[in-house]
Amino acid sequence: MEQVHTAALLIELGAVIFGLGLVGRLAGRLGISPVPLYLLAGLAFGAGGVVPLNAPEEFLEAASQVGVVMLLLLLGLEYSAGDLLGNLRRQAPVGVLDLLLNGLPGAAFGLLLGFGPVGALAMFGITAVSSSGIVAKVLSDLGRLGNRETPSVLGILVLEDLGMAVYLPVLTAVLAASGVWEATGSVLIALACLAVALVVALRWGAVVSRFVSGGSGEVTLLRVLGLALLVAGVAEQLHVSAAVGAFLLGISLSNDLPPEAHHRLEPLRDLFAAVFFVSFGLATNPSTLPPVLVPALGLVVVGVATKLVTGWVAARRAGIAVPGRVRAGAALIPRGEFSIVIAGLATAAGVDARLAALAAAYVLVMAVLGPVLARFADPWARAWVRRRRERAATTAR
Amino acid sequence: MDLEETKLPGVGLRHDFTTARGRRIGVISTRGGERELLVYSQDDPDACHAVIDLDGDEAEVLAELLGQPRVIERLARLREQIEGLATEGIYLEDTSPYVGKTLGDAAIRSRTGASVVALVRAGEVVPSPAPSQEFATGDKIVVVGTQEGVRATAELLQNG
Repeated sequence: MEQVHTAALLIELGAVIFGLGLVGRLAGRLGISPVPLYLLAGLAFGAGGVVPLNAPEEFLEAASQVGVVMLLLLLGLEYSAGDLLGNLRRQAPVGVLDLLLNGLPGAAFGLLLGFGPVGALAMFGITAVSSSGIVAKVLSDLGRLGNRETPSVLGILVLEDLGMAVYLPVLTAVLAASGVWEATGSVLIALACLAVALVVALRWGAVVSRFVSGGSGEVTLLRVLGLALLVAGVAEQLHVSAAVGAFLLGISLSNDLPPEAHHRLEPLRDLFAAVFFVSFGLATNPSTLPPVLVPALGLVVVGVATKLVTGWVAARRAGIAVPGRVRAGAALIPRGEFSIVIAGLATAAGVDARLAALAAAYVLVMAVLGPVLARFADPWARAWVRRRRERAATTAR
Repeated sequence: MDLEETKLPGVGLRHDFTTARGRRIGVISTRGGERELLVYSQDDPDACHAVIDLDGDEAEVLAELLGQPRVIERLARLREQIEGLATEGIYLEDTSPYVGKTLGDAAIRSRTGASVVALVRAGEVVPSPAPSQEFATGDKIVVVGTQEGVRATAELLQNG
């Protein structure tokens, strides 16, 4: 009996991961992010899908938790505490504008659809944050890393990630609590833990790094991964959310971790993050998608417009001309991993099941549409410059 | 020339400047050691016209190529600064009577007033060679002195 189970587990798991490899290759060919395709794959195989899987459910669930930890750990490793604070000082107004402008429509939709205040809070996060992963990839694929609007775009991503470090523990605390008072209490505890963790990351990053530095690449990998899971687990216990724990650990390690540790961790992240997206898709029943399609498309239209405004304002502050402002806005459109992380947290806590479906549909469209719109911004900008020059030439004559 | 430094969080550092003729160029240094050479567009000064990815070795070679002529230029200028002083590299041909003899045997300084400051053999430089230094065919003997002194040294090394 046991053997049959193992065989089924290995076969189904192998089929899923191999399938993801094929799907990822297709995404590479099409020049889009693999995230929406992973979601689609999950939808196809999950409950109510074409071929329901059952054996590896527990394994996939655990692996997808590790996926969230890895996603956020590596995101944190990208930034040093100095980067974060420097950006906060320079761009705080844009960051606040970004989160409010993009989050509030989501929250409003959540209330309109009857998800309740907690669901609305989750929807706020889902629509507010751009996908750092997709945006950074789009910028480098389009050769825009050197563009002068790019620091503003990257600055916004940093602030969003920092904003999420505050938002996620608040959301987790609210999701876990039953009454208003309990919710307030857990939010305060969560924020206190966050403050302590940030101070540790800022002041004693080197001490934390000493736990993992030294020795061969292999033992460094094991220690970083082990510490990340430990910290994430403890954070989860304290209702600060595992994701935030991993993110903060990443920040405190970012200065002192040798570069080859990144190279060793990246494949692990890629694997487990892919599993995370699939298992989110698996948990979502495709039959729940059609009813939320109209609100999802409405959110897409609003979400594109609000990000364009955010990018415009941020780039204008940096003294960038009109084409660069549009490029900055278009680059920020993609939503992805964070939105799914938030939706995952919300559904696990028992918020309206339609929220997961709405988030899945929203991310599916945004993750595909975002890079496409970002690409369109380039020919548009060239045409704008040409028109402008022609007009200048005619007036000069 | 104003070199601007910009932090690109999560990517690395960008340095850029505008040339005297109004073109903007820059370099992105990623944390992984790769470099991107940026050439900004003339029409849209915020955008890049070309982005060239270079790995560590390629970036080093390019940097050397860009730097080397400047070093040579500076050396040439240095030489001009000291007026009346000539420097020359004289190749020792196999017909020279000093093949196999030493620097002391040639007594160049006492006979011409010029000094031998270095000897280049098969790409290797021997700076300030000792009087016991032996000459071989194909050596390049670097001499510093007055115009006449240097010319006399060439004559001496060729014909004795």
